[in-house]
Amino acid sequence: MGEAISFHEVGHRYPSGHETLSQVSFALAQGEMAFLTGHSGAGKSTLLKLIACLVRPTRGQVVINGQNTGTLKRRQIPAFRQDIGLIFQNFNLLYDRSVFDNVALPLVIRGFDHDEMGRRVRAALDAVGLLGREKVLPITLSGGEQQRVGIARAIVTKPALLLADEPTGNLDPTMAREIMQIFRRFNEAGVSVLVATHAVDLIQQLPYRILNLAQGRLTSERPVGHHA
Amino acid sequence: MLKAHLRDCLATLGRLWRDKINTLLIAAVIGITLALPAGLHVLVQNLSAVSYSWEGSLQASLFLKDSVNETRGRQLAQELGRRASQVQYISREQSLAEFRALSGFGEALDLLADNPLPAVIVITPKAQQTPQQVDQWLEELGRLPEVELAKMDQKWLQRLYAILDIVQRSVLMIAALLGLAVIVTVGNTIRLDIENRRDEIVVMKLIGAPDGFIRRPFLYTGFWYGLAGGVIAWIFVRGALLAISLPARRLAGLYESSFTLTGLSFSASLLVLGGGLLLGVAGSAWTVSRHLSRIEPT
Repeated sequence: MGEAISFHEVGHRYPSGHETLSQVSFALAQGEMAFLTGHSGAGKSTLLKLIACLVRPTRGQVVINGQNTGTLKRRQIPAFRQDIGLIFQNFNLLYDRSVFDNVALPLVIRGFDHDEMGRRVRAALDAVGLLGREKVLPITLSGGEQQRVGIARAIVTKPALLLADEPTGNLDPTMAREIMQIFRRFNEAGVSVLVATHAVDLIQQLPYRILNLAQGRLTSERPVGHHA
Repeated sequence: MLKAHLRDCLATLGRLWRDKINTLLIAAVIGITLALPAGLHVLVQNLSAVSYSWEGSLQASLFLKDSVNETRGRQLAQELGRRASQVQYISREQSLAEFRALSGFGEALDLLADNPLPAVIVITPKAQQTPQQVDQWLEELGRLPEVELAKMDQKWLQRLYAILDIVQRSVLMIAALLGLAVIVTVGNTIRLDIENRRDEIVVMKLIGAPDGFIRRPFLYTGFWYGLAGGVIAWIFVRGALLAISLPARRLAGLYESSFTLTGLSFSASLLVLGGGLLLGVAGSAWTVSRHLSRIEPT
C-alpha cells in the first residue's frame, strides 16, 4: 500500500527566522487515520499547511499522494488542493450562500453538471446527517451542524485524503464526539484521515496512532499524559 | 467551459440586480462619462454636415497678369481643369461687362482709358480634396508666372474647417481621457468588491479554485457595468438629441436650409455600447490582476 502523506526530514522556518518545524519525519499510509496533537504553537497548523501546500518546506521533502509539494508550480496548486479535503476550526463557510451552494462549491469549480452535482451534494449531506437542510443558510445552524456542512464540502469530491485542523475546537464535547465519529466512518470507507486536535481526552480511547508535536519536533507517537 | 461562463455571467448579473441602487449609480457614472464624448462626436458630425453642404460653393480665384493674353489664359484654364471639378475663364472684357452690369459704376469706368480689371480663372476644387490639399495647390498656382494673385473665396469656411479639425481631435483626446476614467471607475468599484469578498476568495483558494475561476465573476461584473454604462450613455445622447432637434430645425428654417440633426448612427451606437463593455472588462481585468493574487490563504 502506498503512502498518503510522507514527510522526510522536514523543516520550516519563516523568513523572520522563527523555526516552526524541524526534522519531522513520518508517513501516513493510504487508508490510515491518525491524530496530530501538541500545545498551541507546537507546529500542528504549520504541518497541515505543508500538506495542503499553503506553505512550502524550507528543508526536507513533503510528498502527498505521490506528489512532491516542493516541485509544484504555482498554477498547479489549485488542482493539487482539489485532491485533499480540508476541514477548518472556524468552518470557513460562505455565509451568504445556502448549505447546498456551500457543499456544491468544489463541484462547481470542477464543472460538474447540474444533476450530478445535486446527487453528490445530497449524498455528502446524507453522510453527515444534514439531508433536508440544503436550502437553509449556514448561519441558522448550530456550530456542530456548520462543521458538518464543512465536512460535507470536504468529502463531496470524494478525496482520498481528509485533513482537519482543530475541527472540534469551537464545539461542545457532545458535538465534538459526533464529528469524530463522522471521521471514523469515512476512514472505514477507505479515506486517509489526519486530524489535528488538542482534545486529547477525546481521542485517547480511540484505536488510532497519535503523533505528538512539541516545539516543532515530533516527540512521540503516543501522547504523554493527559492534558485537560 | 462555455456553460461555466454563462453561469458566471448570469450569476453576476443576479448579484448586481440584488443591489440595484448601487449598480445603477455606478452605471450612471460610467454612462455620463461615456455620454460626453459620444455627444461631442454627434455635435462635430452635425457641424461637419453643415459645412460640407457649403462645400460646393468653395471656390478659388486666380487673377492673371495683364501680360497674359486670352489664348494663353484659356489654355491655362484648360490645363487646370484636369485637377479641378470645374474651371471658368473670365476674360478682362467679360469682367468689365459683368462689373458694369452688376456694380452700377459703369459710367465711372468709361472715364478710364484702360480696362482696370484682370482676367480671372475661377476654380472649384474637387470635392474629395481636403482643405489642406486645396490650400497647398492654391499656393502652387500662386507661383505660376501667369498668375498675379491666387485667392481663396470664403476664407471663413476654411477657418471653420480648421476649427472643426481641432474640435475633432479634441473630442478624440477627451474620449481617450474619459475612457481612462471609466477604467479607473470600474477598477475601483471592483477593488472594493474584491476587498468585501476577501474571505470568500480565501475559502475558494483553500478548496482548490483555480485563478481563472475566481477571476471570472469579477470580470463579468466589469462587463455588466460597462454594458449598462454604454446603454445609459446611449439613452442620454438620444435624449439630448431629441431635446434640441426642434430648435435646430427652427434655426435651419431661418437659414432656409433643409438641414436636420443626424443622431448616433448604428455603428456609432455599437461603438458606445461596445466601447463601454470593453472599458468595463478592461477596468476589472486591470484591478483583478493587481489585487486577486495578493489574497492568499495563510
